[in-house]
Amino acid sequence: MRPLTLTLILILFLSVLTACGTATPDAAAIPLIDPGVDPAGWAVIPAGEYLEGQFDHEAQIAYDYEIMITNVTNAQYADFLNTALAAGEITIDGNAVTGFYPGDAFGGHRHEMEIAAGDWELTPVADAASRLSFDGTTFTVLPGYGNHPMTMVSWFGAWGYCQAYDGRLPSDAEWEKAARGSDGRPFPWGNEIEEAYANFSNSHDPFETTSKTTPVGFYNGTTYDGYATIDASSPYGVYDMAGNVWEWTGDVHEGTHNRSLRGGSHTNYAYDLRIWSHNNAGPEHISPSVGFRCARDS
Amino acid sequence: MQFLTKRLTYLFTATKGLVLVAIALIALTTAFMGTLSGPMHEWGVTSFVVQNFGLRLVEAEREGRIVLLYHTIAIAVVAIETYLITGTVSMKTEEQTRINGTITVGYLLTLIFGLMFGYFGHSWIAHGLFIVGLTLTFFAGTQLAIALWPWSKSYAVKSPERAHWGKVDLERAAFFVMAVATLGSALFGGVTGSFYGNGQETFLAENVVREPFKAPLQLAIIGHLHIMLTLIGVALTLLVGRWLDFKGALHKWSMPLFIVGTAVTSLGAWSVVPIEPQAHTIIYVGSTIVLVGALLLVIAGFDNLIRSNLAAQGIRKATVAQKVRALLRDPLKFGALWQMVFMNFVVSFPGLFMAAKLEDIFRVWSLRQERSILTGHWHVLSGIIATIILLLYADMAGLRGRVRQIFGWVIIVASDLAFAAASAYSSRRLFVTEYTETSLVNTATLLLDIGLGTILTTLGILMGWRLFDLFKNKGRWQEEANAAQTQEDIL
Repeated sequence: MRPLTLTLILILFLSVLTACGTATPDAAAIPLIDPGVDPAGWAVIPAGEYLEGQFDHEAQIAYDYEIMITNVTNAQYADFLNTALAAGEITIDGNAVTGFYPGDAFGGHRHEMEIAAGDWELTPVADAASRLSFDGTTFTVLPGYGNHPMTMVSWFGAWGYCQAYDGRLPSDAEWEKAARGSDGRPFPWGNEIEEAYANFSNSHDPFETTSKTTPVGFYNGTTYDGYATIDASSPYGVYDMAGNVWEWTGDVHEGTHNRSLRGGSHTNYAYDLRIWSHNNAGPEHISPSVGFRCARDS
Repeated sequence: MQFLTKRLTYLFTATKGLVLVAIALIALTTAFMGTLSGPMHEWGVTSFVVQNFGLRLVEAEREGRIVLLYHTIAIAVVAIETYLITGTVSMKTEEQTRINGTITVGYLLTLIFGLMFGYFGHSWIAHGLFIVGLTLTFFAGTQLAIALWPWSKSYAVKSPERAHWGKVDLERAAFFVMAVATLGSALFGGVTGSFYGNGQETFLAENVVREPFKAPLQLAIIGHLHIMLTLIGVALTLLVGRWLDFKGALHKWSMPLFIVGTAVTSLGAWSVVPIEPQAHTIIYVGSTIVLVGALLLVIAGFDNLIRSNLAAQGIRKATVAQKVRALLRDPLKFGALWQMVFMNFVVSFPGLFMAAKLEDIFRVWSLRQERSILTGHWHVLSGIIATIILLLYADMAGLRGRVRQIFGWVIIVASDLAFAAASAYSSRRLFVTEYTETSLVNTATLLLDIGLGTILTTLGILMGWRLFDLFKNKGRWQEEANAAQTQEDIL
């Protein structure tokens, strides 16, 4: 039995060693990289046909629309919060920033939760996972996170941001067409995935062990201090539609309160980055791997 | 030529040879498929394998490939259980030969052509042969059910220590009900598969759990996969009972529970389509009855192990420590029972907790987090079933002495480590937030890889030994071939 005992001790030792890994990112260690992609940019998606879903169903969007070329960043969201707070449109309720949402139609279906009109949490205050800090009057971004995607934001928080800038969350269809173009590709850039295309689980990007998220527009073909990326923008020039953070979309589906999350995140394996891959969660869900971008009429 | 003929005759006619071939093929498939994901993928092995073996992995076809892979492995496991049943439950020799022959061709066609269709391009000939394989397996199951007919006078119960109703052997009846339920459940999936397989859209059940309005055929697939795995578990539990010579008072209680529980759980799973909410209740009732039947088997099995090992040592009045040592003396037999107990900690209890707290906890998570615990749940159950088969096979293969001890304990410790780690990983959101999960994820993943790697290595060594043995003139295989000719009970 001695070899068995030795094996067990070795396993225990390795476990303890691994468990000593850093749990929280050190702000000082986060690489400061400017990918050069403007988070304020919008891409025009023309009306027309596209292939929807894993099985390439023919679909159509009959109008032109615009979508942000990157996720909303922490810096952009902090600006929104400061403006909305000054205007009295949001409130600080304990450890949460809350804002009004007019509610969903409730069908009383099995597993459906009622989303009533009222104040809902947009984002937490003083949460260890948040990249924003609040000193009682002003929201500021933690050092190094300004151009990273806004995370720890509920669907209400994403919805509220887009509304504030005369936009909306993209529908599932709008999001998918913007990511895929008009052909049947599984990824925004084409048919294959490798580490240089996107931020996914164990993709070995420079932010893997620190912030975990990469700055918006990071995968644009630039080489950063020896780390080469491939331009992973969609056919319409939209970045980060696969990986980094899941993205809230705007549809409210009958029979469920859950909202769709699209695109996969840094926590997922590559197959979850396929364009048709769906995740979902209730609109109050808040996560370090969920962000959003907005759409608007063209 | 005779060298080859003798060995092929052993491998494809003797029960132990047939089981060995099936385990070897599952091991090879698992090892090969293991190169396509996990650490092998990260180490670049996947690219090497894809390029050098000519695999065709289209992203949109991933779900279809996985469905094919599940079927190839599951059907091989069903074949192993069928061999063990025909080798240990009384039936005519020609029935045994016919059933084993049919299912061997069936699972080989399923495995070879299923993988070929799924991973090496889409030859529709391969797909057709895959379907032929599944059909033959179903046909073998029909023959098995007929051979197990419990009211046959030839198989009336002989020992009063065995569960019976009149002269009907209730253990045989339990095998029969399991076989019939499996055939019904296979049809339940086969009809669905015919629909989805014919140009329709493949999906994995875990991806549609939150769809508010599921199509009847989606529900059928969810029911099918759950009940098939359950029935594989029921068959194996009954086989473990045969292996450990389960009899006496608890046997008399246990077998009726298996019969009723298997029937009720199956009916519950089939009811998922017309009456889904009520079906859950029927399934809970049925599976609880089956679990109580299995609990009685475990209690009797532990008791039997303690008594027989104490008797072998000549101890009449044993201390608690001596009883514990007696219980642990044979890791193969103890392990098979222990794995059933352990299953409750990593499958049954978490499953019940999830059902009870679905709305409060699990539906509050994102779908991906809920999916993680769903897939973890049944992968662990499948893994536990596989380890029990390995422990049983190691006994059949005649592992003795120190090798038996090492093999048994390595399988138990490594698998429980892996399954505990997998459970912790998949349900991690219960203990840690997403922000602070890194340590738990790293540790659980490492332990999972170590556990699974150890099991696969041990299995590889066992298979290597059996392969080496085949080159000997008077090897273990020869003994097993001779024993098969004298119709020796393989357990």
